[in-house]
Amino acid sequence: MSMLHGVILLPFAAAAIVPLFYKLFKKVHTGWFVLPVPLLAFLYFIAELPSISKGEAIQATVEWIPSLGVDITAYLDGLGLLFALLITGIGALVVLYSIYYLSKEKEAIHRFYMYLLLFMGAMLGVVLSDNLIVLYGFWELTSLSSFLLIAFWYNRDHSRYGALKSMLITVFGGFAMLTGFILLHTMTGTFSLREIIDQAGLLSSHELFAPAMILVLLGAFTKSAQFPFHIWLPDAMEAPTPVSAYLHSATMVKAGLYIVARFGVVFGGDALWFWIVSLTGLVTMLWGSYTAVRNTDLKAILAYSTISQLGLIMSLLGLGSASFYTGGADTAIYTAAIMTAVFHLINHATFKGALFMVVGIVDHETGTRDIRKLGGLMAFMPVTFTFALIGTLSMAGLPPFNGFLSKEMFFTALLEVSTMDFFNVQSWALLFPVVAWIASVFTFVYCLIILFRTFTGPFPKEELGEPPHEASLGLLIPPGILAALVIVFGLFPNLLTYTLIEPAMKAILPTLDIVEAKKISFWHGFNTELKMTLGVIALGVVLFLTKRYWMRIYGYLPGNLSFSKIYDFLLKGSQRFSRAITDTYMTGSLRHYMIYIFAFLVLVGGYFLLRINPFERHGNIVFAEITVYEAILTGVLILAAAAVPFAKSRMAAIVLVGTVGYMVTLFFIVFRAPDLALTQMIVETVSVALFLLCFYHLPKLQRERSSSRMRIFKIILSGSVGLLVTMIALAVSNHQLFDSISDYFVEESYRSAGGKNIVNVILVDFRGFDTFLEIMVLAAASLAIYSLIKVRHRTEQGEQEEGRS
Amino acid sequence: MEILMSVTTGILFMIGTYMVLSRDLLRIILGTSMLTHGVHLLLLTMSRLKTGVAPIWSEDIGAYVDPLPQALILTSIVINFGVTAFFFVLAYRAYKELRTDDMEQLRGRDDE
Repeated sequence: MSMLHGVILLPFAAAAIVPLFYKLFKKVHTGWFVLPVPLLAFLYFIAELPSISKGEAIQATVEWIPSLGVDITAYLDGLGLLFALLITGIGALVVLYSIYYLSKEKEAIHRFYMYLLLFMGAMLGVVLSDNLIVLYGFWELTSLSSFLLIAFWYNRDHSRYGALKSMLITVFGGFAMLTGFILLHTMTGTFSLREIIDQAGLLSSHELFAPAMILVLLGAFTKSAQFPFHIWLPDAMEAPTPVSAYLHSATMVKAGLYIVARFGVVFGGDALWFWIVSLTGLVTMLWGSYTAVRNTDLKAILAYSTISQLGLIMSLLGLGSASFYTGGADTAIYTAAIMTAVFHLINHATFKGALFMVVGIVDHETGTRDIRKLGGLMAFMPVTFTFALIGTLSMAGLPPFNGFLSKEMFFTALLEVSTMDFFNVQSWALLFPVVAWIASVFTFVYCLIILFRTFTGPFPKEELGEPPHEASLGLLIPPGILAALVIVFGLFPNLLTYTLIEPAMKAILPTLDIVEAKKISFWHGFNTELKMTLGVIALGVVLFLTKRYWMRIYGYLPGNLSFSKIYDFLLKGSQRFSRAITDTYMTGSLRHYMIYIFAFLVLVGGYFLLRINPFERHGNIVFAEITVYEAILTGVLILAAAAVPFAKSRMAAIVLVGTVGYMVTLFFIVFRAPDLALTQMIVETVSVALFLLCFYHLPKLQRERSSSRMRIFKIILSGSVGLLVTMIALAVSNHQLFDSISDYFVEESYRSAGGKNIVNVILVDFRGFDTFLEIMVLAAASLAIYSLIKVRHRTEQGEQEEGRS
Repeated sequence: MEILMSVTTGILFMIGTYMVLSRDLLRIILGTSMLTHGVHLLLLTMSRLKTGVAPIWSEDIGAYVDPLPQALILTSIVINFGVTAFFFVLAYRAYKELRTDDMEQLRGRDDE
């Protein structure tokens, strides 16, 4: 147990006692008790910052299942620290924000904070775990707590729909990732990430390499809302706004990026990884920004914008993976891509968190998030407007904010990719910058929409009623801090360069000798990147002003087709499909089920019987001779049995079955079994008597009511069953593998047990337990019969009367 | 004799199976009794037939038939009797309550 373990455990411990605070201190908002948790953790991670910056790492292990190689190993390096700071820092701000956002009277806030703390701990566990199985455990815990948080207002249909959707998609990815981890274990023999990385170079030739890569990526892509798994994120916006700000912009959706960054060293350097990650990122970026423009709900716009920005970071991680391939002189070009990814990851967390909180304030003050109903809020909410301005302009990539710098670096990275001369990049060289540029134009457009449709123009009094007023100070502080960070990181980017970014880069690229962060300069000359940015601004403004003319395009692309519809179709379709299958074979008819059972018996039994020859004799076997008596007996037995199905009346059927029973009795006599004959005779007599007793009450025997086709089928099936049994009996008779153990019973019956009737001695002495339990069976049967006849339910009428009262 | 008995048990099984596949409850119960007879004869046949005298111990007799299958069959007969009696009363009660013995009508409800 180390400090690091303690920090991961802290949120879980707090989650356990939060309801206690809620019950004990009704007057104080429970959030105040929660606030110290992320703050303390944040301070701890800040305190570790200097030593981690120097390139050190903390590792501590607690044994969990040593026999399976599963230990709880906490590992803190540059990348882990970066994420841990984001999680705890933004976590503290979100908790503060939620104190003012959620009413302690109207909402079940103890549940809210329990889920939130659970999520926080799980997220810390994901980024600080070295053991893959532990990592997976925390990973699923984030899915679960996210599910709980999305459905926080569980009375609403949309919340439940969104929660279910995100659960199904992320857990699907989670399972895929687990499979990938197990494949990695198969390849390397260890679950420890550190040890896997040590073997990184040896893996690429393994046949499981590509499957493991794709499965791990599936987990990362579903969690990080990459195309086409992005559909759950917009529906997750039904969660309370602090949740959206925390989980669905700053932390959970970045867990997939974390996985891609962590496993880059294992899988990177391979063309497959390079293309999958880069292209998925680019497509996601383009599709997200394109779709964001179409939406009218502020949170939905932000959700698609998050998808788009995550795609941007993902594509950078993909491009950066090329540095594992080259490994030589010009790695600096590709490590720059990784640096940009890390930088933008931080920037995105700051401005997206701020924007979500701003949207929450607007929602809180006006009661709507629909941009068609909003407008002219600038005059009433100047502070909120300022934060929104900073956030959107940073997201759009304008100076002097941090988004500008990361966007410039993004363009630089893309332009330099076109100089790559491997992985067949050249033939696609232009694709990267062009697609990214188009995506940036759309990004610019939706940023303008958020800003101007919400805050400028006339105030729609008839829609909103009284003008809103500025939010309370508590609601404004958290977005204020984030907006301040946006500016600080924009003006002084090198605050981060050597403290956070470089250690993170070293953690992402641990196998390279020299990894250096370049100094980020605010003004980098009048170069291609700047011209691209100017182009983005110019085209973006034009598109924004002419928006109403070209919005029709969305009617054609995507038109009626959307990935959510495909999801719904798949979900409903699979339900219908399984329902249809179940309905086909679960008919409710006893006869059908008997047919399945007998058919299975015949097919499987027959198959195995065919593999041996039942007619071949093994050992010295002498069959008993057949005398006239036995031949006659057999003939009568078969005749009586064969007549049963043809019996026209109940009486005839019962008598015929009785005849079969008495014939069996005679067989027992012939085969020297006096006790059996006695019992069989009595039982048969009693059975027939019982049949006749109930005779009067039973329905008339109907004629066979099956179709002739059914009858033929029944004959074939029962014929095969009979044949199978005959074959089994023959096979058994033809084999004598061991001597019987009955010699012992014969010898000891009189000597040890003092009885001469060997069968009876076996029944009551050698194997007395059988007899005891058989008596129990008879007792149970007689009790059951008694209660069946004696105990009557109330009549249906009585039940109805009871139900009514 | 073993071969003849094997064929006989096969026929009993065939008729029992055929009866169990019918629609009337009474036929199904009679079918189960046929199956039972088949099983008992099969058990006896499998232990070889007529290899000695009846298993009543006496000092001057060397060979007996195998007593163990007889004990097993005896147990089985009794258990089977209990079950058949219960089935029979069950059928009687079902018919009293539901006024039908057609298994196609005695299906599960649709909303299950």
